[in-house]
Amino acid sequence: MNTAVADALDHHDDHGPAKGIGRWLFSTHHKDIGTMYLVFSLTMFFIGGAMAMVIRSELAIPGLQFVHPEFFNQMTTMHALIMVFGAVMPAFVGLANWMIPLMIGAPDMALPRMNNWSFWILPVAFSILLSTLLMPGGAPAGGWTMYPPLVLQTGDAFPFLIFSVHLMGISSIMGAINVIVTIINLRAPDMTLLKMPMFVWTWLITAYLLIAVMPVLAGAVTMLLTDQFFGTSFFLAAGGGDPVMFQHIFWFFGHPEVYIMILPAFGVVSEIIPTFSRKKLFGHDSMVYAASCIAFLSFIVWAHHMFTVGMPLTGQLFFMFATMLIAVPTGVKIFNWVATMWRGAMTFETPMLFSLAFVFLFTIGGFSGLMLAAAPADIQYHDTYFVVAHFHYVLVPGSVFAIMAGAYYWLPKWTGHMYNEALGKVHFWASTIFVNLTFFPMHFLGLAGMPRRIPDYSTQFTDFNTVASIGAIGFGLSQLLFVWAVLTAWKGSKATDRVWEGSHGLEWTVPSPAPYHTFETPPKARIANEAFE
Amino acid sequence: MIQKSFLSLLALCLAGTARAEWALNMPKGITDLSVETYNIHMLVFWWCVAIGVVVFGVMIVALFKHRKSKGVKPATFSHSTTAEVIWTAIPVIILMLIAVPVAETMVKLEDSRDPDISIVVTAYQWKWHYRYQDEGVSFYSSLARASLDARRKQSGVDPLTVDNYLLDVDRPLVVPRDAKVRLLVTSNDVVHSWWVPDLAIKKDAIPGIINETWFNAREVGTYRGQCAELCGKDHGYMPIVVEVVEPKAFQAWVDTRKESVQKVASTK
Repeated sequence: MNTAVADALDHHDDHGPAKGIGRWLFSTHHKDIGTMYLVFSLTMFFIGGAMAMVIRSELAIPGLQFVHPEFFNQMTTMHALIMVFGAVMPAFVGLANWMIPLMIGAPDMALPRMNNWSFWILPVAFSILLSTLLMPGGAPAGGWTMYPPLVLQTGDAFPFLIFSVHLMGISSIMGAINVIVTIINLRAPDMTLLKMPMFVWTWLITAYLLIAVMPVLAGAVTMLLTDQFFGTSFFLAAGGGDPVMFQHIFWFFGHPEVYIMILPAFGVVSEIIPTFSRKKLFGHDSMVYAASCIAFLSFIVWAHHMFTVGMPLTGQLFFMFATMLIAVPTGVKIFNWVATMWRGAMTFETPMLFSLAFVFLFTIGGFSGLMLAAAPADIQYHDTYFVVAHFHYVLVPGSVFAIMAGAYYWLPKWTGHMYNEALGKVHFWASTIFVNLTFFPMHFLGLAGMPRRIPDYSTQFTDFNTVASIGAIGFGLSQLLFVWAVLTAWKGSKATDRVWEGSHGLEWTVPSPAPYHTFETPPKARIANEAFE
Repeated sequence: MIQKSFLSLLALCLAGTARAEWALNMPKGITDLSVETYNIHMLVFWWCVAIGVVVFGVMIVALFKHRKSKGVKPATFSHSTTAEVIWTAIPVIILMLIAVPVAETMVKLEDSRDPDISIVVTAYQWKWHYRYQDEGVSFYSSLARASLDARRKQSGVDPLTVDNYLLDVDRPLVVPRDAKVRLLVTSNDVVHSWWVPDLAIKKDAIPGIINETWFNAREVGTYRGQCAELCGKDHGYMPIVVEVVEPKAFQAWVDTRKESVQKVASTK
């Protein structure tokens, strides 16, 4: 370590990565850490996806064929925890690590050692969480929402669940601090806040959300821990506590969490759509204000997850109106994307295809969100497959498609080679067809009365469940094409610096692949300005 | 199994109405408020369809007309305050049009004053208990025997041969038609949720808390629902059946329930 520090002080020649495993274990390098985040996220995506396959196989036809109800509940709980905290969030942190320094002309993240730590906590957290599958009583089965008193019936896994959530929270908070410090302090000269690319903007807002709400989650789960082991009664009615209070605290975290998973996705597609429309992003500043509005509103709508718990009428009305308001800034974003495409000169490479599907399908998720906002109707939708359809529409063809789009978009910059475009397109079409086959029928199931989180169902729900299961298996298998596309990208044709005809921004001024060290001195104001235009 | 799955997919594609109970939409239900709820659902739905037609329409036109392969030169505009004000204002107006009728219904939903009958609903892992406050009738209601036998893993019983598989109970909740029934919902262990779609009622059963809700059924018949809040391993196996009967039949039912309870008591 000492020699490295001395090295850095003595001279500034280009020195490459360390040799062997040390490059990864001790890395303080934003690109390497970004890569590790992305690989970790993909791994978790497949583990969580395998659990989804168990769920959908069991639900393909009525009757119990493969698993017991206990194990089914473990699968739904673990699937959610892994996908939310292990797949979607780390993927965006990975993209942030790779791209934010490149986009703002910084040499690295501002706090490189913390960066290392915030990554390496994650494999530990998820090893702990996954190890609960082997414990007496099995993995947590009370839902990812961890509602007491049910969650307190978890077996030996209980403290491991709490501690793994703590670790995920610590990792997220450190990642968020790093993003904020980097963006605030390390921008290229002349890059004023409103000149920042949308991906940087949405991540800045996301990072503030993370810092605001992850400690709240930590507090909530700590209270569960003390209720279980130290005789407190925060959430236990028998001791004078209130089980509903947990739900309030959880959703105060949980609703901003929803936007933590979608705002960076907005950022990614706001980069991609202008590139392939060969036109500047429409209404850059109003996009920034819209994202900020969404972030603010996300703090005052949490109880729309709780219209059935028994709230005063005025409370219900407040949360309903606030929830409906979110449709306004979200609408602005969608209209702006469409206006960006309008009278552009579009081409349809894989990143653009994923982004367009994002706009279509996220909007469908937004529509069902508006329907859910109407409280009396929500009472019917609540805890049914309609809700499952809604949040999977915003998370899978929403967040996950944006991550896929971003991966294809920046892959040439990362590897220096073009991925196989035909393969990417096959991956796109397979994913899009199967994702709709999986989740669209779930709207009908929910409306017809099928509750969520049940291992078996009444026979009138059979048809749509079968369709959804076929879609899910298809979607799962299609994702192997993504791995193939990434692995073969190193064999593709050489990428230019600019990679895409319509690309703009500082990340495209450095060579492809991006050298190990970039922007060791801040980019010249003129270059930077041209890149922003 | 795969063959079966494909067959049911095929059936879905061809017939669409193969099963009588097969449904695409929310039931209209049998109370005034369930009909109002249905109307709200459809109101918001049609607004979404209208917005979708416009937004997706514009987008699809752009996707086909404004592509590089057609030789178009990209325009250079990148903002328009007028357009942005318009597409902020229009959604606000639409939301207000939606919010007013919805708020009116919410006020009615919460008005559980002056009930004709009050029933305490207590949830257990994994069954329901009903106690009629004034009639002196109380009983447990759990999954019916036929479903119980068929639900076991690899039970060898085809669920299709079981009537109302997983939606049948041993003792249903019986209520009279055209009476305001108030439910006082609570739980003995974890959080559950009492839900019958045709009544448009879903209320969480929470230990330590008594939640109030109400309905007034307008049609006689049997209406089925399920626990809606994850409550442990048998969450999927605690259905709810409500039988709405004529008021006279209800009185007769109360009398027989009481008699049978007295009989049991006297034999002790």
